[in-house]
Amino acid sequence: MDKLMKVSSNPHIRSKETTSNIMACVVIALLPATGFGIYNFGFHAFLLILVTIASTVLTEYVYEKCMKMKVTINDLSAVVTGLLLALNLPPKAPLWIGILGGVFAILVVKMLFGGLGQNFMNPALGGRCFLLISFTSIMTNFDCDAYTGATPLAILKSGGTVNAFDMIIGRTSGTIGETSMVAIVIGACFLILLGIIDLRVPGSYIVSFVIFITIFGGHGFDAQYISANLAGGGLMLGAFFMATDYVTRPITRNGQYLFGIFLGIMTGIFRLFGPSAEGVSYAIILGNLLVPLMEKITMPKPFGKGGERA
Amino acid sequence: MAKLTFHGGIHPYDGKDLSKDKPMKVIVPKGEMVYPLSQHIGAPAVPVVAKGDHVLTGQMIAEAGGFVSAPIYSSVSGTVKAIEPRRVVTGDMVNSIIIDNDGLFEEVEYTPHDPQEISKQEIIELIKNAGVVGMGGAGFPTHVKLSPKEPEKIDYVIANCAECEPYLTSDYRRMLEEPEKLVEGLKIILRLFDNARGILAVEDNKPDCIEILKKLTRDEERISVKALKTKYPQGAERQLIYAVTGRAINSSMLPADAGCVVDNVDTVVAIYHAVKEGKPLMNRIITVTGDAVNDPRNFYVRIGMNYKDLIEEAGGFKTEPEKVVSGGPMMGFALFDLNVPTTKTASALLCMTKDEVSAMEPSPCINCGRCVEVCPGRVVPKKLAVCAAHGDEEGFLANHGMECCECGCCSFVCPAKRQLTQSIKSMRKILLAKKKK
Repeated sequence: MDKLMKVSSNPHIRSKETTSNIMACVVIALLPATGFGIYNFGFHAFLLILVTIASTVLTEYVYEKCMKMKVTINDLSAVVTGLLLALNLPPKAPLWIGILGGVFAILVVKMLFGGLGQNFMNPALGGRCFLLISFTSIMTNFDCDAYTGATPLAILKSGGTVNAFDMIIGRTSGTIGETSMVAIVIGACFLILLGIIDLRVPGSYIVSFVIFITIFGGHGFDAQYISANLAGGGLMLGAFFMATDYVTRPITRNGQYLFGIFLGIMTGIFRLFGPSAEGVSYAIILGNLLVPLMEKITMPKPFGKGGERA
Repeated sequence: MAKLTFHGGIHPYDGKDLSKDKPMKVIVPKGEMVYPLSQHIGAPAVPVVAKGDHVLTGQMIAEAGGFVSAPIYSSVSGTVKAIEPRRVVTGDMVNSIIIDNDGLFEEVEYTPHDPQEISKQEIIELIKNAGVVGMGGAGFPTHVKLSPKEPEKIDYVIANCAECEPYLTSDYRRMLEEPEKLVEGLKIILRLFDNARGILAVEDNKPDCIEILKKLTRDEERISVKALKTKYPQGAERQLIYAVTGRAINSSMLPADAGCVVDNVDTVVAIYHAVKEGKPLMNRIITVTGDAVNDPRNFYVRIGMNYKDLIEEAGGFKTEPEKVVSGGPMMGFALFDLNVPTTKTASALLCMTKDEVSAMEPSPCINCGRCVEVCPGRVVPKKLAVCAAHGDEEGFLANHGMECCECGCCSFVCPAKRQLTQSIKSMRKILLAKKKK
């Protein structure tokens, strides 16, 4: 036998899609919301986004260097985490808030649990909730040059009236990336068209949320109230970009529907009956924790054993 | 009407354009021919010739070693040079009969039969004696398949003309060039099953075949042509049966449990040769293709020829091949040595150039769920691969690991380039071996 050729087990061809491609697409999909946030809130918002992303990427790099692991920042997942975290910060938050949140998100929520794919909750949301609990006054102060006073959702909760149209466009106060429903939906459509996310989680989330607030919100089926509730707070950003995070949502189809419904109900409960007007972040984190159980009870039936029509 | 299909599956680049438009080319082999005694599932064949014997083309050189086994015939005339272990496509050493081809191709005399005149038992006997096995790749002896316990309960005989593996065009050429033999072969099988309808199931990326077959079967009451949605693995037995009949079988059932008999195009043609012409299985069509060969095309090959000669016939290598695969890119075997013989189950020789994506290092699973979406077996490949990596046999079985058909879809779509099929496959092998004990 002269020269041996390369062997491997089948299959011998692979699709061109890679983890970093997917992450890059998510970043691109977040650009409309990011752009609108910067346009709406000004230069400081831009700076905060940059610093937060730098913080997440650097944390991952330094941790992996120190632990003598393979450096994985090229998969762009830290960029996605940083960007999502920044979009969830108030526009006038000091820069160190972004840095601290980024370190917590990557170091504690992601790397200490084993890195990419092993984290049990969405790192960006983990970081945000850490900040929200530790620095409540900074994290709930949405005053900025353009807008002062409470967020539309808070006004709505205390019985005031809001302009639903402004909320859909995003000309309101709130975190950097959550205010514009239009920008978020444009990005989400991009991801859906590319097949990177599907409507199972966001769809069941939004539908069950609407049903919940229709029944318990005290306004019945009031279009103005419902659209304000959908456009306000982090619901859109959460439903399309955080609840759809691959790592922390169930892998099974039925599990994804269940997850979405759970989020819808929890968000409704937090918003209607909790002390704060918000609830998306906590609902998603709580949902994240229940993912293993949801997967367990929704394991598909195999082909030929009843699962062929799945 | 919605296209006939199944849930899951993938759409890889099909590469069929490389070889599909060139007519089949007959190859005249030279030099020694190698006939491994195990070219099928079941007991190895037992040699009936000895070193120094002179054999003719079409002469039996090894008889079936049991009921689930198949005889082997010489495809050339010449002298038996040796009976010794030789390397085969899987890399194993298998006892083989080596015949020195005298280049004269003196043939034995064949006795043709009219399938309408002889009994069902005689038809099965003819197929068995001709050494016909499943030529799609599995190599299951066809006479066993055609002898289910209750033949009257078979209501579908499906000719698997899907050819869903990328790059392969041998079934396509067969359908274009010899469709009559396919239809006649199907009619012979239908003779065995009185209550069955014959179905020619073709993927819709071969509209010309569908048209030809439809024309040919216009007056056949029992035969219809069905177009299937083009999607890999449409030609997998279980997925094919589901697409055509809506019946689903799991890994522990046989097609006969769903009232079906499925045979691949080349097998049906081999049945035609065995019965109508009385010829044993000695030839098959092999696609030699890929970016690394000069003249990709289909060859009409005498089984036993060396793969090296096939590459030469295809104009040799254009560039150094990165990998040479026997079979299709999704389920074929990679060869480490080209010096192996063609067998009854060899459908293609795919010479691949360097592929950046396949060479990528696996990265952590991000739980994207693509493997779950595409799995035609409706299992969760990600979970099975974890069980396999941890040697967790119980967990593997509890997550229905044995329902995997090793089609490769999960590995194909995985963005993290994890070796899903590969690890699931090795675990299945271990468990199947344990079961046998």
